[in-house]
Amino acid sequence: MASHSEAIIREPLITGKNITYAQITNEVLRPVENKPNLAWWIGFGLASMGATMWLFCISWTFWFGIGEWGLNKTVGWAWDITGFVWWVGIGHAGTLISAVLLLFRQNWRNSINRSAEAMTIFAVVCAATYIFGHMGRPWLAYWTLPLPNQYGSLWVDWNSALMMDVFAISTYFSVSLVFWYTGLLPDIASIRDRATGLRRRIYSILSFGWSGSVKTWQRFETVSLILAGISTPLVLSVHTIVSFDFATSLEPGWHTTIFPPYFVAGAIFSGFAMVQTLLLIVRKVLGLENYITMFHIESMNKIILLTGSIVGVAYITEFFIAWYSGVEYEQYAFINRATGPYWWAYWSMMTCNVITPQLFWSKWVRTNIPFSWVLSIIVNIGMWFERFVIIVTSLHRDFLPSSWVMFYPTWVDVGIFVGSIGLFFTMFLLFLRVLPSVAMAEVKLLVKTASEQSKKKLLDGGHVDPDHAAYYKESLEKYDSVDLTQYQKA
Amino acid sequence: MSSTKYILGCFDDPDLLMDGITKLQKNSVPIYDVYSPMPIHGIEDKLGVKESRLGYAAFCFGCLGATVIFSIVYYTLVHDWPMNIGGKPNFAIPNFVPFTFEWTILFTAFGMVLTFFFATHLFPGRAPRVMDLRATDDRFVIAISAKGNTPHDDITRLLKEAGAVEIKHNERKYVSYE
Repeated sequence: MASHSEAIIREPLITGKNITYAQITNEVLRPVENKPNLAWWIGFGLASMGATMWLFCISWTFWFGIGEWGLNKTVGWAWDITGFVWWVGIGHAGTLISAVLLLFRQNWRNSINRSAEAMTIFAVVCAATYIFGHMGRPWLAYWTLPLPNQYGSLWVDWNSALMMDVFAISTYFSVSLVFWYTGLLPDIASIRDRATGLRRRIYSILSFGWSGSVKTWQRFETVSLILAGISTPLVLSVHTIVSFDFATSLEPGWHTTIFPPYFVAGAIFSGFAMVQTLLLIVRKVLGLENYITMFHIESMNKIILLTGSIVGVAYITEFFIAWYSGVEYEQYAFINRATGPYWWAYWSMMTCNVITPQLFWSKWVRTNIPFSWVLSIIVNIGMWFERFVIIVTSLHRDFLPSSWVMFYPTWVDVGIFVGSIGLFFTMFLLFLRVLPSVAMAEVKLLVKTASEQSKKKLLDGGHVDPDHAAYYKESLEKYDSVDLTQYQKA
Repeated sequence: MSSTKYILGCFDDPDLLMDGITKLQKNSVPIYDVYSPMPIHGIEDKLGVKESRLGYAAFCFGCLGATVIFSIVYYTLVHDWPMNIGGKPNFAIPNFVPFTFEWTILFTAFGMVLTFFFATHLFPGRAPRVMDLRATDDRFVIAISAKGNTPHDDITRLLKEAGAVEIKHNERKYVSYE
């Protein structure tokens, strides 16, 4: 019926003694209902400085044109598209957690999906700024839409992968936003019903009048499931289409059929790394250790290990196929990547994406918080280099040796990239202050089935296979939020 | 005649609430609605709420999206301004696939969510019709219209037996209008 206990051998998804529904509401809403602490202000100060720098550099670009960037005749795409692909890739983890894990009934998604989806939206916002930025004349961005026009209705080029990108990214952004906001409604209603005065009014408008009646919940769950069902192919299509930008060209190093799956795996890889980077801090600063547990951290590290290995296999396959194809231009492009003037970028990519994530084979590393955090940052660096290697290294040595050049970023390039990280963190920190960072309604669902206390009750009940009980107790040892002393005597 | 409009049985546990519903139904007390901070699985069958038809709506919106974008691409690329690009066919269906796919998803998502909002009367600024403010926090609330034939004391007793932690006799339907 409403609840039946889960098998004892599964690790608990909520830890802590005597967690009640009210306690979940209180703990999750603490940052929303109280004044921010010093850590938040320091983070917000730094992030908003970054965002200001972004604003300055992007305004500079719009004012003086993209001639202010380090691009040249040979390297026509560099930091802009590197940044774009990097951010879109990061965004993928949020949808993966909220959609794919929902379809697979992975309940551990419940406590991390909200912030991961928020991260998706902010990452796609950052990605979109690069699209508009690199257009040169961003006020003509509407030219990418199929609008009747004064040139005798010369339509947009539907055969172009860039056009597909416009449709993919805009659909991805708006569907993610709808998915995220629909999921937020019950939690906004929780804030509303606890607030007073102006706050109540604001949250009342934002809650759309959510009441939590039977029919509303029933339809809500149907909507969530179908949205998950359509977001899953959507998220796979988005990075596939992003990879078309390269794969449909005739550029050696880009023109490969492995790009779509390889980009999707890379996107999930970098996205989970970014979720890890954010959540390891969030759980500590907001005191959410009981909801975002070691099990969540370890599971995400396992996904990073898996996708990192897929990416590694893809790199090697690419290299092999370049040789096997017998096309000398293709072969040169890859030899040049590994040994040419950008060898350091290639080997940074290889080290950060293929070698260091292999450390996650060790359980000690997977369950060590500082280690996981550092590795997640390394993955993010590696994934930035991956895009840089694909884009700049393939372009800088043209078919004509007379047009061979190097690419050097200007301060505007660097400012926009570093600034966009500030922009991302500004949005994320504001989100933590005004909306619940954990999906309360979904976490409440787990209290009676998958929490430590419900499993403790099962253990104390005594009808558990002793081998299973021992296995379960052993699995608790990795948790940093479980008081092991209470299991010693039992 | 008392001025009570609704009797609320507030539970702190969804399983006890389900027991409460069984008890009330055995005694033929009609239930107005149930409010909870999280979905309660299995409650729809118990209360006889029909399965949602939003899936059908979603499917129709998806078909609409696919048709709309396919028609736009066909009209612009094949009918209105066909271009000779290296002698390749204008009606190149593989190139239409990404657009058709994206708009299928787009229309499905927006169409279904807007239908959900419309059917459930959710829109920005709607006055929340809340009977108990803790129903979005930690209380699972059964609302019973007090206009029925069952004596109020019997309802109160049934709810108490089922394990309700609090029973309210509200004179107003919604508390959130104040």
